[in-house]
Amino acid sequence: MSFIIEPWPWYVVGPLMGATIPLLLFSGNKMLGASSSLQHLCALLPNRIDYFQYDIKKGFWNLLFAAGVILGAALTYHFFYQVESVNIADSTKEDLLALGIQNLEGLMPEEIFSNQSLWSVKGLFFSLVGGFMLGFGVRYAGGCTSGHGFMGLSQMSLSSTIAVISFFVGGTLFTHFVLPFIL
Amino acid sequence: MKQTKFLLAGMFFGLLIIKSEALSWFRIQEMFRFQSIHMFGIFGTAILVGSISVYAIKSLQLKTIEGELITLKKKPLKPRAQIFGGLLFGFGWVLTGLCIAPVYALIGTGYAASFLILFGALAGVFVYGWSKNKLPH
Repeated sequence: MSFIIEPWPWYVVGPLMGATIPLLLFSGNKMLGASSSLQHLCALLPNRIDYFQYDIKKGFWNLLFAAGVILGAALTYHFFYQVESVNIADSTKEDLLALGIQNLEGLMPEEIFSNQSLWSVKGLFFSLVGGFMLGFGVRYAGGCTSGHGFMGLSQMSLSSTIAVISFFVGGTLFTHFVLPFIL
Repeated sequence: MKQTKFLLAGMFFGLLIIKSEALSWFRIQEMFRFQSIHMFGIFGTAILVGSISVYAIKSLQLKTIEGELITLKKKPLKPRAQIFGGLLFGFGWVLTGLCIAPVYALIGTGYAASFLILFGALAGVFVYGWSKNKLPH
């Protein structure tokens, strides 16, 4: 019964994630995606920016989907996930230890994201500036890993292919050439 | 309420984000260092299931549970936006260890960092919307 509290292998969780695509299409002709919800949240604030002037009711389903992710993750994390540390490859552990990440417990490194470290210059840079890049980049690119990665690539869309290649080129270059200097 | 199904679909996706550990900073490092099949296997199998579903829905002209014909739209091609935006998103993915759905999932776990990350992301979207017309698309 270990599957109840343990993480699932990629060949179980991957196909189930893919099944979200037909699930949303059959339930109401909706295309899987998460990042437009951020645009809708900004559109709730009173402003005169063109990008946020539209009928928010059309995007309400995506806000509900995002709320569902929070709720589903909360229930699963608190009742069906008992893990001391994420079982990453030994080579990754060695690389991170060499970069000064000593504590490999939990979902994210304590040195950067714990309640104590979060308000340090490093913690604020990784969370606030990182979050800013994530939000700005995702709407500029027109979608995220779900919208471009899962949905777009399943449709063999050229725009999504370019976007996903850029996500991975950006992330790989940043990991190898910038991260060592800021950790 | 008619739209409850989207909340349920989101809950299913949230469950899978936890069970896949796709919201872990450590997993994303492992991915960008190409040291495990885990994340790539998830993308590959998800896209395989997605592609087969999309192909079947289109060729059989399948309908929604409400009887409406399913129509799929592709995202518009704007190469410069997808490249510049995509690279910046990649940087943010490394720093936070999260893409967008995992930001929401992390809120569910209660990590305080998730609220700062969400605030940063909303600020980024707001500034993008404000500067959109001055950026190359």
